[in-house]
Amino acid sequence: MSTPKPIHDPIKQPDSERIEVKNTTCYMCACRCGIRVTLRDGEVRYIQGNPDHPLNKGIICAKGSSGIMKQYSPARLTKPLRRKPGADRGDSEFEEISWDEAFSIMEERMAKLRKTDPKQFAMFTGRDQMQAMTGLFAKQYGTPNYAAHGGFCSVNMAAGMIYTIGGSFWEFGGPDLERSKLFVMIGTAEDHHSNPLKMELSKFKRQGGKFISINPVRTGYSAIADEWIPIKPGTDAALLMALNHEIIRTGLYDRDFLIEYSNSAELVNMDDNSTEYGMFVRAEVPEEEGCFDPQNKLWWDRNTDKAIVADRAIDHDPYLLGEYALQDGTPVKTSFQLLHERLEKYTPEWAENITGIPAATIRRLAHEMGITARDEKIELPIAWTDVWGREHDTVTGNPVSFHAMRGLAAHSNGFHSIRALSILMSLLGTIDRPGGFRHKAPFPRPIPPCAKTPKGPEDVQPETPLNGMPLGWPADPDDLFVDDKGEPVRLDKAFSWEFPLSVHGMMHNAITNAWRGDPYTIDTLLIFMANMAWNSSMNTEQVRDMLNDKDDNGEYKIPYLIVCDAFQSEMVSYADLVLPDTTYLERHDVMSMLDRPISEYDGPVDSVRIPVLPPTGECKPFQEVLLELGTRLKLPAFVNEKGERKFRDYPDFVVNFETEPGSGIGFLSGWRGKGGEQFMKGEPNPNQWEMYEKNNCVFHYELPRSFQYMRNWNKGYLEWAQEHRLTRYAEPINIHIYSEVLQKFRMAAQGKSDGKQPPDHLRKRVETYFDPLPFYYEPLESQLTDKHKYPLNAVTQRPMAMYHSWDSQNAWLRQIHTYNYLYVNSATAKAEGIADGDWLWVESQWGKVRCLCRYSEALEPGTVWTWNAIGKASGAWNLEPNANESKQGFLLNHVISEELPAHDAGEHISNSDPVTGQAGWYDVRVRIYKVGDNEKPVTMPQFDPVKPAPGQPKRKSWLGFFAGGKKQ
Amino acid sequence: MSDDNPYGKDPTGTFFNRVQSFEIGDYPNTELVHFPKSCLHCEEPPCVPVCPTGASYKREEDGIVLVDYDKCIGCKYCSWACPYGARELDEHQKVMKKCTLCVDRIYDEALPEAERKPACVLACPTNARLFGDVHDSESEVSVTIRESGGYQLMPEWGTQPANHYLPRRKTKIKIHEDELIRADNPLKKEGLKPKTVVDEATLDDVTSW
Amino acid sequence: MHPALSVIFLTTLIGAGQGLFLALFTAQSYAAVDFVTIQNPQQFYAYGSGIALLLLIGGLLASFFHLGHPERAWRSVARWRTSWLSREVIALPAFMFFVFVYGVMHYFGWDPLVIKTEHPLQGQLSLYIGIIGTVLCFALFICTAMIYACLKFLQEWHSPLTVINYTLLGTASGFTLATAYSAMMAPELVTLFGTWATIITLTALVSRTASLLRNARIKHKSSLQTAIGVRHTNIQQKAMGLMGGSFNTREFFHGAKMGLFKSMKWIFLVLVFLVPVVLLATGMRSASIDILITAFVAQYLGLLAERWFFFAQAKHPQNLYYQTI
Repeated sequence: MSTPKPIHDPIKQPDSERIEVKNTTCYMCACRCGIRVTLRDGEVRYIQGNPDHPLNKGIICAKGSSGIMKQYSPARLTKPLRRKPGADRGDSEFEEISWDEAFSIMEERMAKLRKTDPKQFAMFTGRDQMQAMTGLFAKQYGTPNYAAHGGFCSVNMAAGMIYTIGGSFWEFGGPDLERSKLFVMIGTAEDHHSNPLKMELSKFKRQGGKFISINPVRTGYSAIADEWIPIKPGTDAALLMALNHEIIRTGLYDRDFLIEYSNSAELVNMDDNSTEYGMFVRAEVPEEEGCFDPQNKLWWDRNTDKAIVADRAIDHDPYLLGEYALQDGTPVKTSFQLLHERLEKYTPEWAENITGIPAATIRRLAHEMGITARDEKIELPIAWTDVWGREHDTVTGNPVSFHAMRGLAAHSNGFHSIRALSILMSLLGTIDRPGGFRHKAPFPRPIPPCAKTPKGPEDVQPETPLNGMPLGWPADPDDLFVDDKGEPVRLDKAFSWEFPLSVHGMMHNAITNAWRGDPYTIDTLLIFMANMAWNSSMNTEQVRDMLNDKDDNGEYKIPYLIVCDAFQSEMVSYADLVLPDTTYLERHDVMSMLDRPISEYDGPVDSVRIPVLPPTGECKPFQEVLLELGTRLKLPAFVNEKGERKFRDYPDFVVNFETEPGSGIGFLSGWRGKGGEQFMKGEPNPNQWEMYEKNNCVFHYELPRSFQYMRNWNKGYLEWAQEHRLTRYAEPINIHIYSEVLQKFRMAAQGKSDGKQPPDHLRKRVETYFDPLPFYYEPLESQLTDKHKYPLNAVTQRPMAMYHSWDSQNAWLRQIHTYNYLYVNSATAKAEGIADGDWLWVESQWGKVRCLCRYSEALEPGTVWTWNAIGKASGAWNLEPNANESKQGFLLNHVISEELPAHDAGEHISNSDPVTGQAGWYDVRVRIYKVGDNEKPVTMPQFDPVKPAPGQPKRKSWLGFFAGGKKQ
Repeated sequence: MSDDNPYGKDPTGTFFNRVQSFEIGDYPNTELVHFPKSCLHCEEPPCVPVCPTGASYKREEDGIVLVDYDKCIGCKYCSWACPYGARELDEHQKVMKKCTLCVDRIYDEALPEAERKPACVLACPTNARLFGDVHDSESEVSVTIRESGGYQLMPEWGTQPANHYLPRRKTKIKIHEDELIRADNPLKKEGLKPKTVVDEATLDDVTSW
Repeated sequence: MHPALSVIFLTTLIGAGQGLFLALFTAQSYAAVDFVTIQNPQQFYAYGSGIALLLLIGGLLASFFHLGHPERAWRSVARWRTSWLSREVIALPAFMFFVFVYGVMHYFGWDPLVIKTEHPLQGQLSLYIGIIGTVLCFALFICTAMIYACLKFLQEWHSPLTVINYTLLGTASGFTLATAYSAMMAPELVTLFGTWATIITLTALVSRTASLLRNARIKHKSSLQTAIGVRHTNIQQKAMGLMGGSFNTREFFHGAKMGLFKSMKWIFLVLVFLVPVVLLATGMRSASIDILITAFVAQYLGLLAERWFFFAQAKHPQNLYYQTI
């Protein structure tokens, strides 16, 4: 049968003259993949992965390719707006104003505050990728009240790992799946770096590696796991401690690695009466000041049977276990001995009851890890020299790797869970080794890194930049940012005794604290790209009320609220002043080494965004806003000596800004120096942007192979890093199995040390949670909840096709997730008489939400979960008021509190990890029950529909992109 | 391709390719399968002979099943004739749409060789999608189908889809008990080294000659 | 499957039109062998054909509502070698043409003898036009039914019963209509048509019941296991890849509540079979035009329900992928 020629030619290419292809970097999530944007007649037609980009090598996800629908979304804000006089916050009654007016308003207000009390201006930002600049602005302005969203994201992951191994998962390090044989993923749904992780997972599986997923829920990556081990939320530390127990019990740890590269064999003072109790015993070697770990600790020599300086440079054979007495009679134990003792009670049987994982499974897991690490060793023929001058012919690897994320982190016991995980990874000898965990530049960094915050109220002065970094890494109690009574200086109480190591700040408490005036009230709050009136706040409903709450004089308790966003999020309607931001396709951005670069295991990588489209309407990139404000306010970094504008615009700023005059360190590390001949460090290069543009928007420096492993101790790498100013010191970064840093805080709490002391009501808390060794405790909220009444844990996850609340305005992605269900194990649901698809109430001690039930077999029976941030307030994001997002979709945040019930530590203690201030999102306890017969099939709570703001594009009733035709 | 109610209730649109999720088994032995589905480009496409106008056709040169949008009358009969639900009517252009295997891409000589593949193949982060000639028994896809047990969907209808699916692969680790007992167990290094006990009598103490 | 009104009307209207033509031609055939004598044949055949033609035109018009591009409908004759739909598109106008010719010949009384036969009525051209029309009529029944019956994975349809039912039900409704029509135009034929209408209706009852029984016991070859190629007894779809509906969830599901779906079966069984048989019996006895018209109307309405049920009952294997959860 012959086929007549088709009329429509399926392979005809469009008119090439109308087509333009531009490279930039994706921003549909935090992966930062390289993308190729194809435009026709100046309009985006489609977006592909850039095959020449080192991160994603051409791949792209549903979000990335749907970026076009974000660009042309009717939720776009296009004009600066001012709340109409007389209208309430939340009413979404705005009038258009000019940028000039907007700047004048801000300049006047902020200049006044800076002259009097810069603390009165607070600035908090969401999942932006410009913290280096926003932080710089805050510092220059002189306000300590700045943070990005890390505190309510995964700061436990950063802090727990960086305080233990000097690096972390995230963009700072990860599993070397290329060479791993066993990969264990704990508490991870879709997250940062997801596309590269997917690529690596597939290679790993193809090579025959075993992938174990430990998670209450089997979704996302876990779909392809060889084994799924369901665990009760918040009990990860119990599992990890039991694994550590079993690994030590069976001798499956890497003894040599621990002796050489961690403080395991080093001796800890056990003299109860000494002010040095719990500190390492140190030889009296003159100490050099600096943020590194002096190499003057002692260990117990097996040959001479006495304590000697733990000097790896000379032949040595210390004990890893044991308790000894020094010559002066001081009892000492090795760190590892202390760990061993700590782990004694954490048997697999003990953990079984807590985690719900059978003891036999825990044992088997430990054996699989230990035996794979021991018996499948990798030896790479790469000669390297360690920092003590010893030469090694090979790089060894124990091919067991891990990845973990918010499932571990977002609990109030997450810091210690993550310490326990870091210790497990260290016991197996997998740190910065092939097949294990590998760092990415600028990590590893000292434990803790050098950056420090101001230390007291005196560091915050009018008309003066902040004396210290807005965010930093406390190494001892004296680094805390508290007044002489030990009370917080920051609005969010970060770096105070309540949350001493809150290294990413505590944005989740900023609004509540400002509203309550505890520790003080503020005048102006600037929120950039954070949806605090919806999914970025715990206790959403009350936070919305707080934003709108007035004092007895009828003044808002938070007097002035500026919101900068590209889209009409729920937060926008509460603003007094709205600044329309650009989309990622309309702006310059830097993924900077000063911030969160996209480095690879083999060396530093940073990247940029270059606009492919002009800004829509009057949209202005937030960086330009900060630059303009900084210039108007004459902040030193933004003006010259005469007080005149120093930078033409943001691209000019990126090229010419140096951390210190002449430092040669700027936002971008590639093509520095006059002609672009230098990297990492060098004079500003006026053509730097063009060079990035020519190179797929990426700079990638591949380290020599001998610098690519063991970087905590790799002389070549450390010296290279020092020379290129990634680090200040080329000193070894030994693993903190035992954390002296934590012990210092505990000593202060016990009143055993000089220096800063916690207020009395917090002494017990600090003493308890600043344990130098990890331990398991029930999450704080669970401890304070009637678990018989609220028997279930409730958690959220991020779906692969949506990134937080960013995509509900996306016409394509919202077809995939237009509302969300509460997933309930079918047995749990049936026990409550709830059928699949029924409406149900999920209730915590804080509130309740009506939502739809979906049965699941891929779910631990004591847990319920839902996708995060699919539910929306009616009318927000310029969706129609009856859109599924607001009628069937729901937000679990309504049942989560930002504060704990009053208890002995205080009345208004944040619902956060007591060490790091990490928001305890996943600690909430709930119960579920069927709705009454006459209840409406609509989600609750409901809010009055938000009106579109002036300047927002009209919603179209349908969209069409036709091949061969013009967009309709 | 059109989208309706893009910002309203029940957003809907035409897709070439959908990814579905299935749970398999009972807790805790549950597997989760993410299942992508698009046109399978059958060897015996039932959607082609039923088309009254010839708009639905299978290319002789490469076997790709396409819709001639300029001939399609929008009667939807081909969609009825597809057991896989691979065809979707474009509600505004009023013609049937389906996966074209990116026929415009794979023959586009302006593209580098490596990019002459369907967009979904290039996009897939896990390279779970392979593209090639199933009639060439030595092609990567044919070898993979052969060696990894590639299978066809709904084989009962004899449609002979060109697209094959590969089964799940599981890796297990077998630990033998005696692997836990080793001469080089590091715990054995921790015992005190045998030491002379100094305060007991020795021969030295009592021997005077 | 989603029962599309356009297709329901198309198939029922042309079915009745076809049946009516068959009835007319039956009368002519009977007359040709002197089984009946028709008082006023010219008018009877002409108006009857007219009504049949109107029904066919109605069906044709309905079919256009089914098309996304009716202006391209002419293209659909192209694939007659393979497509039953294409064949229907040829058969329908061809049949309509002969009905038209048949009607026009009778109307104008232009009916030359083409064959010399003993009986004058056996040699008339209209008889042979009628024979061609009848052949085309059955061809059309087959084409229409085969559109559905040829889809092998729509197992409810993939059966000779589909063809038999379409033929019998169309014919039955046509004969019922003919009965009512004859009560007005040619009362001498009421018994003939009424009897045949009853016989055909009852035969259709047998074949339609057979298909109901068959479909009730049908074992679907496709399952979730074959659909995704996983051998496990417990597979549950958790996401379709869309939540706001799609062509796949609209076109292949009837979307009605289970109660309506089930009652639709009883509605059509009563309306298509029980009511017309009773009314035909009463109508024939009393020669009541009203009753006979009611019989046809009831049967036609019943056929609308029957056709709705026919579509709704068919389970498309694609639904395994779209469990509308």
